[in-house]
Amino acid sequence: MNEQTRNLIENLMAEYVSRIDNDDLERWPDLFTDKCLYSVTNRENHAQGYAHGAIWANSKGMLKDRVSALREANIYEEQVYRHIGDAVRLITLDNDIVTVQSNFMVVRTMHTGDIHLFATGMYLDRIRIQGDTALFEERIVVCDSQKIDTLLAIPL
Amino acid sequence: MTDIIATSGGVKWPSDKVSTIPFQVYTDENQYKIENERIFKGSTWNYLCLDAELPEPGSFIVSRIGETPIVITRDEDGQLNGFVNRCAHRGSLLCLKHKGKAENLTCVYHAWSYDLKGNLTGVAFQRGVKRQGGMPDQFKKEDYNLRKIHVTEFSGLVFGSFSDDAPDIESYLGSEIADRIRRVLNRPVRILGHNTQVLNNNWKLYMENTKDSYHASILHTFFTTFELNRLNQKGGIIVDDSGGNHVSYSKIDPSLSNDDYGSQNIRSSKDEYRLEDPSLLDGVDEYGDGVTLQILTVFPGLVLQQIQNAIAIRQIVPTGVETTELVWTYLGFQDDDEAMVERRLKQANLAGPAGFISMEDGAVGNFVQRGINGTEEDTSVVMMGGETAESQAFRATETSVRGFWKKYRTLIEGQVPNA
Repeated sequence: MNEQTRNLIENLMAEYVSRIDNDDLERWPDLFTDKCLYSVTNRENHAQGYAHGAIWANSKGMLKDRVSALREANIYEEQVYRHIGDAVRLITLDNDIVTVQSNFMVVRTMHTGDIHLFATGMYLDRIRIQGDTALFEERIVVCDSQKIDTLLAIPL
Repeated sequence: MTDIIATSGGVKWPSDKVSTIPFQVYTDENQYKIENERIFKGSTWNYLCLDAELPEPGSFIVSRIGETPIVITRDEDGQLNGFVNRCAHRGSLLCLKHKGKAENLTCVYHAWSYDLKGNLTGVAFQRGVKRQGGMPDQFKKEDYNLRKIHVTEFSGLVFGSFSDDAPDIESYLGSEIADRIRRVLNRPVRILGHNTQVLNNNWKLYMENTKDSYHASILHTFFTTFELNRLNQKGGIIVDDSGGNHVSYSKIDPSLSNDDYGSQNIRSSKDEYRLEDPSLLDGVDEYGDGVTLQILTVFPGLVLQQIQNAIAIRQIVPTGVETTELVWTYLGFQDDDEAMVERRLKQANLAGPAGFISMEDGAVGNFVQRGINGTEEDTSVVMMGGETAESQAFRATETSVRGFWKKYRTLIEGQVPNA
């Protein structure tokens, strides 16, 4: 992976976290290709080959709908995430498709001030590089635990 | 009646009706202990797992009845067996893995070993070492089998009971409920995935929520906006004679108007809200009866869901007075083609911990739990649609919530309440 590709990928990762953690969710789907796969699953499902995701979307439209549902329809107490990630590990590099893995930890802070370790896990990404842009073609969020406290409103 | 309430040792009810519920039932430690004895270990059938999760002889899986750990096995004869997941020796957990395959079950602590029917077959060093130690002659292995429970299977669902008095499963369900389980689980299933939603509330608040058709189109905006579930759809509630089991169903009927909604000042009337990718709602009528929603419960802890093509099982597991786990199993069928699997994966967004139409249910029980803090001497009221618990041909009702309390009080107090 050359330096430019690595920069593009690191920037994509940083934007992803920033748009979620800073409540800029309307711009979160823009980090995906039009036809994409975004799924929030867990280690057990992933190991068994089960395709179910608590959130499962295969188009940018579905990601936008997820955001508008959060804004317009769903009821949940005010909360924010703080993502902590580590360095991106290259898995395969195939012309304009790069597959990478990274670890994440998400701390959820409620409006009451309660702080919880909400999720830890691994991002399994297929990233499409086109010129000077990098977009997620696939992001599988594999949570270590199968348990989700209360509800999963904001994407991980 | 008052005497019976008093001698039951549990929370006192204001009357023998089921339309007024003391908040204390959600907070009282003693009540929780009584529930374990009279409900979870009482004459009930508790959902444990799917038959499909025990595919061959030697398969085992762990589950829970109330907080009691249970292991279910399929033995060499293909029969299902259930027992407390506890070694008869010192009480250690026997199966530490969630599921697997084994010829026998051996405790890691002192290697006591049991066959798949739960019979003790081996005791390490039973004769001692070099003729020293060992079990006395009067020790008989057959006195130390695993604590066995009754296990039964219905439409691929496996249930367990501690009680010798539980009726056969079909009588327990009631014929109308049994028929509607068969309707959904009408062919071999395929598991699409699992997750567990941690609810910070008493288990009963979730069961009531699931039985409460009144809230569905009010709390859950997504449902209403896309006309998946309006109170003026065709549909209704079926409550079995015991009260504990119910079905709520609806059929989309475009000929009915939604005029009743506009004047109610209900938050969920956002008709301008449209999906960017409406393929989410491209359901097919796989049962050929036009029913787009069927939510079914079996007392005390099973929910079977059909929302369009999103099929799921929810097992309600209490983990404390004010904590509950909701174990979700998302299902398809063996004969699903690729398009059907994709449809189910998409529609799975509708329900579950991140469900467009149900994520609120993970939080609303906790809103009640927090709301009643400190004023547990007060009561809640469930009078929509009357004060009894019969089947009704409309959904603006709390009849199946009252049914829950009818069954609950019958078991706790040993007498059917006025419902």
